[in-house]
Order: sequence, then structure tokens, then C-alpha cells
Amino acid sequence: MSTLSQRAALVEKAAEKLGKAVSHPENNVKNPTPRIEFQKESPKLVSLEEAIRRSGLKDGMTISFHHHFRGGDKVVNLVVAKLAEMGFKNLHLAASSLSDVHAPLIEHIENGVITRISTSGLRGQLADRISRGLMEEPVIFRSHGGRGSAIATGDLHIDVAFLGASSADPLGNACGYSRSENAKSICGSLGYALPDAQYADKVVILTDDLVDYPNTPCSISERQVDYVVEIDSVGDSSKISSGAIRDSKNPRDILLAQKAAKVIINSGYFKDGFSIQTGTGGASLAAVKYIRQSMIDRGIKASFALGGITAHMVKLHEEGLIGRLIDVQSFDKVAAESLKNDMMHKEVSANEYASADEPGSAVHYLDIVILSALEVDVNFNVNVLVGSDGIIRGAIGGHPDTAADSALSIIVCPLLRGRIPCVVDEVTTLITPGSSVDVVVTEYGIAVNPRRPELAERLRAAGLDVTDIKTLRDKGQSIIGEASPLPFGDKVVGVVMNRDGNVLDVIKNIAD
Amino acid sequence: MQLKESFAGTLESGDIHVRLQPSEEPGLKINLDSTVAYQFGAQIKSVITETLEGLGIDSAVVNVIDKGALDCTIRARVTAAAVRATGKDVWAD
Repeated sequence: MSTLSQRAALVEKAAEKLGKAVSHPENNVKNPTPRIEFQKESPKLVSLEEAIRRSGLKDGMTISFHHHFRGGDKVVNLVVAKLAEMGFKNLHLAASSLSDVHAPLIEHIENGVITRISTSGLRGQLADRISRGLMEEPVIFRSHGGRGSAIATGDLHIDVAFLGASSADPLGNACGYSRSENAKSICGSLGYALPDAQYADKVVILTDDLVDYPNTPCSISERQVDYVVEIDSVGDSSKISSGAIRDSKNPRDILLAQKAAKVIINSGYFKDGFSIQTGTGGASLAAVKYIRQSMIDRGIKASFALGGITAHMVKLHEEGLIGRLIDVQSFDKVAAESLKNDMMHKEVSANEYASADEPGSAVHYLDIVILSALEVDVNFNVNVLVGSDGIIRGAIGGHPDTAADSALSIIVCPLLRGRIPCVVDEVTTLITPGSSVDVVVTEYGIAVNPRRPELAERLRAAGLDVTDIKTLRDKGQSIIGEASPLPFGDKVVGVVMNRDGNVLDVIKNIAD
Repeated sequence: MQLKESFAGTLESGDIHVRLQPSEEPGLKINLDSTVAYQFGAQIKSVITETLEGLGIDSAVVNVIDKGALDCTIRARVTAAAVRATGKDVWAD
């Protein structure tokens, strides 16, 4: 016989040896509340103000946001307005990207609430003001893969992440879509929010659809979430395909897309099992439409499509032409719905997508990427961030990540945009180095990087109009004339980080 | 030359909107609002001046909103505005 009381001395001895107390479970009180009600008392479920207070946020700390709602985002403005109201100063705003809709930040910068910004891009009024010297500290620009790396290595330490989600349960299981009847928004992948959720000291989920536990399958696990805040709206889903993304009916874009498709088909990489990504420009998105027929005719199937996933990609996947979709960001509602419903449509974090230091990041296994550009220069360097007027008007995105790690990078851009030349002597700002750019497609000819003679040979053999990049530059210049130099000032308003964490270039202010 | 107020062109990207108004003063007064003013402002103004002077117009207020038009487009729009302002068909001569 050995009873509990007989073993009491031994229990005490064991406890002492382990440095623990003796447990007294007889004092436990069970909560009899039905769990559908009990979950509503979740200690994580608080107001925004309470979440900020409990997060321990202090002046000078770093807050972060994702940009999956693109031009429809409502979280950044809401949270920063609340922080301003609560009297915070000197904060570092580290967003995965910022756009036109974030113009209200100008006021918060002027009032000292935000004194530093890290982002992939800037557009609209905020970009214009920053380009003219609004901030004392230069904005730090990183690619999506670069941001993932910087967060993982601690270069970019996030104190509190404020992450919008289209559904979350009271414990914090969160998604970029909702399976409930009350769904208000959908953005699909939360890929750019996942490094924040994993590495930030505190994570606040803001949601406009608080659903019953368990909100599974989920993108962000409750284990990473400290607070859940219910708000009216996290974003306007109708605007996720605004900003850079256009489904072009422009005849020039269509011509460029058809040319890009011919480059792909004759590149030597158009083989069964190939992988592909398209950037955000009208022509690069449309190129997918034109390789479809060749895939069917030749019985070629892609193993995966990567990156910003679009309705075009989803269609090819559903037709069986693309095996898997790897989605860091859903570029439209069709893609977002597909991510929600299709097991073969996988959500990945920015790190798994494009980080240079992550051996398994998908860009390493990418054959072909089609990208757009504001400017390409005669050394194949690309600028996608700063306009030819010196004003910041774009985003780095995954441009340098995919160009560097893919087997074949194709830049598609018109020779001129209005009077603005796209093939120039030297890019206004260096974003993607020429060493990672292979082909430049314009409506006036295709230039192949001299580092890739075998590619030029294949394209020439296929009858494509391969030309020297300097010939393209000259052609443009003969139409537009000589441009006067831009009135740059002496202040550095932006620093461009390379994806390896080192500094690549700086952006100077435009003087009025 | 007698002018009445006229305009030509649109605000589409790659186009230019030219509004001609009679002026009491001698000379051409060009008010240019351009998306490419930094790089091409001087060149755009000189194309406008040359085109108007070539048509015998040396006194006018020219209000221009440029959306990155090429020189050929600028000449075409300025000429059209001039024809409308003067009632004189420059191509008939």
C-alpha cells in the first residue's frame, strides 16, 4: 500500500530537491462558464488605448505595421492618431510599406510624434513632403526580403507591432480573411506581417471581425499575440488592387507584355517545372496572359508562381498550369479568396519569400521574374523608388530580392513615359544593381546584359529584336531632347539599404 | 493679330492643354504648369514661343498645363489653339 498521505514526505523531499514548492490542487477553482461566453472575457481583448498602455510602449520606441490593404489601409492612421492623442513623441514607424493614404502622417511628423520612418516605399503627399526635406532623420528604405532579414537579425527591432487582420478570435488567432458571416474585409496573405508577429516584443492584432475561438486555420498564432483590439474597419478591400497594380488595356503595355512573353518562351528557362514571378507593372502582370497559350501548346507546367499573387496566376493554377502558389501578398480579391480556400495556395512570410540570408527563401528557387522599372541605366541598374523629378514615388518591394536570386530577371518598361525617359545614363537612385538584371524589354528593342551572352544568342536566334542598351538610350533622347539637371539640395532624406543589410545609396532632397 | 480666347489639348498623360488669351501687353506671357518642369520647362517654353511667333502671334497670355507632352504634341496643340484664337486656318495658306 502506498497512499497519498504516506507519500507526502517523499513529495516534499522531491520538491525540495527540484527547488519547487509542493502543489496544492485542492485549492483550484474551476470556471463553470460556458466557453462560448468565457472566451469573451479573454484577458487579451482590450481597447486600442488599453493595448497601447499595457504594451509598455514608450517615447522613442519602434512601432510596426503591414501594408496588405495597400491604398485601403486604415490601421496606420488610426493607431498613430491614437498615439498622438495619448501624447507619445519621437516614435520610429517601421511599416512594410506606406502609400498615398498615409498623408495624415505629415501632421504627426510635424508634431514630433513620428521622427523616424522605415519602409519599402512612399507615395503621394507624404512622399512629396519627405522628398522636400520634411524629416530630420532620413527614411530608411528596405526591400521586402531585406526587411525580413533586418527584423530577424535585430537590425530592425520592433517594440510593438500593430497588425490589422480581417478576422481574429479573442485569443489572437488571426487571418487576412474571415470565414464568418460578418466578414468585413479581406486582404489574403499576411506575409509582410509575419516577421513582425514573430519578432516584435509585443503584438497587437486589430480586427474588424472578432470571431469565435478557434479561428483556424490561421496566419498568425495566438502564441505570438499579446492583445486583440476590435475596430470598425481595418481596411477597404476594394483598394488592395490600387497603387502600383493595374490590369492594363493600354496598347503599349500589351505590346510590352507580348514581347516579354516571347523573351520568356525563348530564354531557355521555359521548361516543364519552371517557376515564375511577376512584379506590379501593367505589362509585367499581363505577360502571364501571353505565356499561357504556349504552356498549353507545349504541354509545359510551372511548379510554382511566387510573390504578389494575382487573379491571372490563380486562373493558371486552377487550370492546372501552375502547381502551387506561394503568396507573400495577395494583389487582388481573387487571389485573397484563393489563399483562403485552396490548400496549394501557400502563405509565406517576407523571410521565406525573399530574404538573402534564408537558404530556403523562395526567391532562391525562382527561375523567371518579370519586373517593371521607373528607370534603367546603361549599366542595367534599376530605379523603382524615386521619380525622374527627384520625388519619391514608388516602393522597392521585392525588386532587388527577386532580381538577384532568380535565374532570369526581365525588366519591362517603355522607352518613354510621356516626356520622361526610362532608359537613362544613370538611374536617379540605385535600387537593383545591374549585376542582377539580365534583360530589359522596351517597345523599341530588347537589351541583354553583356554578362549573359548565351541569353542574347537564344533571343536573337528566335528572331527577337535584340539591341544595345545604349542604342535604346539614344533613341529616347533623340525624341525628348536634353533634360536639365534636377535641383537637388544637400540634405539626405532617404537611405537605401541593400538586401544584405549594407547601405546601397542615398536620396537627396529636392530644393524648391 | 486679333485674338479671342481659345484652347486646345487635354489633361491626359502625354498631352498638353494650351489656353490662349488676348493680352494688352506686347510679348508672350507663358504660365507653365508641367509635370516635367524641372527637366524640360525651358525647352517647352521655347517650343511654344517658336510656334506662336511662326504663326505671327507675338502678344498673348498662354496658360499651359503640360502632362509630359513631346515637342511634336506641343506644336500641334499650340497651333490648334492659335487657329481657334485667330479664326485663320494656318494650313490653308
